[in-house]
Amino acid sequence: MRAARTTDPLLARVWDALATVHDPELPALNIVEMGLVREVAREPGPAPDAAVRVTITPTFSGCPALAVIEEEVASAVKRAGVAEVAVTTRLSPPWSTDEMTDEARAKLERFGIAPPQPHGGLLEIALEAPVRCPRCGHPDTRVRNPFGSALCREIRTCQACEETFERFKPL
Amino acid sequence: MSEPTTLGSELTRALLERLTALGDDELVLGHRDSEWTGHAPILEEDIAIANVAQDEIGHAVLWYGLVEQLGGPDPDRLAFFRDADEYRNAALVDRPRGDWAFTMARQFLFDAYEAELLPRLERSSYAPVADAAAKVRREELFHLRHSALWLERLAHGTDESRRRLTAALDELLPLLPGLLAPLPGDAALAAAGVYPEAAELADAVLARVGAALEAAGLARPTLEPPADAAGADRRQRPDGVLAALLAEMQSVARSDPQAEGW
Repeated sequence: MRAARTTDPLLARVWDALATVHDPELPALNIVEMGLVREVAREPGPAPDAAVRVTITPTFSGCPALAVIEEEVASAVKRAGVAEVAVTTRLSPPWSTDEMTDEARAKLERFGIAPPQPHGGLLEIALEAPVRCPRCGHPDTRVRNPFGSALCREIRTCQACEETFERFKPL
Repeated sequence: MSEPTTLGSELTRALLERLTALGDDELVLGHRDSEWTGHAPILEEDIAIANVAQDEIGHAVLWYGLVEQLGGPDPDRLAFFRDADEYRNAALVDRPRGDWAFTMARQFLFDAYEAELLPRLERSSYAPVADAAAKVRREELFHLRHSALWLERLAHGTDESRRRLTAALDELLPLLPGLLAPLPGDAALAAAGVYPEAAELADAVLARVGAALEAAGLARPTLEPPADAAGADRRQRPDGVLAALLAEMQSVARSDPQAEGW
């Protein structure tokens, strides 16, 4: 994963450290595979390899997990041996579930949460598309509540196995 | 990343007023919605209204964050350490939460307003406003779907649900022009492409609301778009309602003004 992002050994170490940070409301996924890390860059610091800036983007703007993620990013990068870490938030372009990796979608489904389908910006269509039950795989599932236990999720019921499950909303 | 565009001092002052009003509308509505937590008619709706409240409060933080970027106070100062006479929210959002029909009817009116406002704000010549609007618009899609469904459900439900919805709209619709009325600096912002033109936005919102009410089998309201009257005046209601809301919302922060973090 890191090879695709950077050839700088320091920044590669930072990317690896970021892949150990999880959204506290979605412990199955790390923030890199969710697409929340926008940029990792060197900063001028007191010594070579001493300072980096990590830029992340929020999922939902009211998500209380963001503050926790910022703190954990800073401590994970420090554990990787970088003395000074600046964490900044960038809104634009807004985060989309299309930025989740395929691996992240597969993990979500194994975790029992129906993953968001890729939508290429056609959100209204994605919201009406069939959603497969993460437990039995049946495609006939219905919205029970368009809001769920976190801002990013809705609650659905499977018409086949009658199990209630959460779906990560396409955004 | 969008670097703050350089605004002159007049536009900066006008934008500070407008951003504060945007944030105040979101925060006060979010607080009213949050009053339902643990009290909504069914569990599913308790979860839904708590989500909506959390979103609106999150959006307030975005708008207040832009105030801070322009040299204003930080979001916590703005939320917790201003008195009612310094708030710039429209009366529509601070009225007591009433019954569920009142809450859903108000949410629908606000969601319909944002559905017209946000795409226009995304074209703002001031990039930080455009960026924030792009973020908020995607999340608001879920609100409008929810409140529009409730509008229909209440209208077509029972005689009782329709009576309650009609009573709510009778109280709320006269307050809608106050939400749409321009602030004194809005004309300058519109001329600079920073903020949409007030009359065009108001027409679009009133058309959307009228069409939705008609589709639900309700009378299409005859709402006059706000005259060019000073919106700032329309956002002042010295009847103590907002002061009582703030007294509760601000009590914890004010009990220890030096407290840090959360």
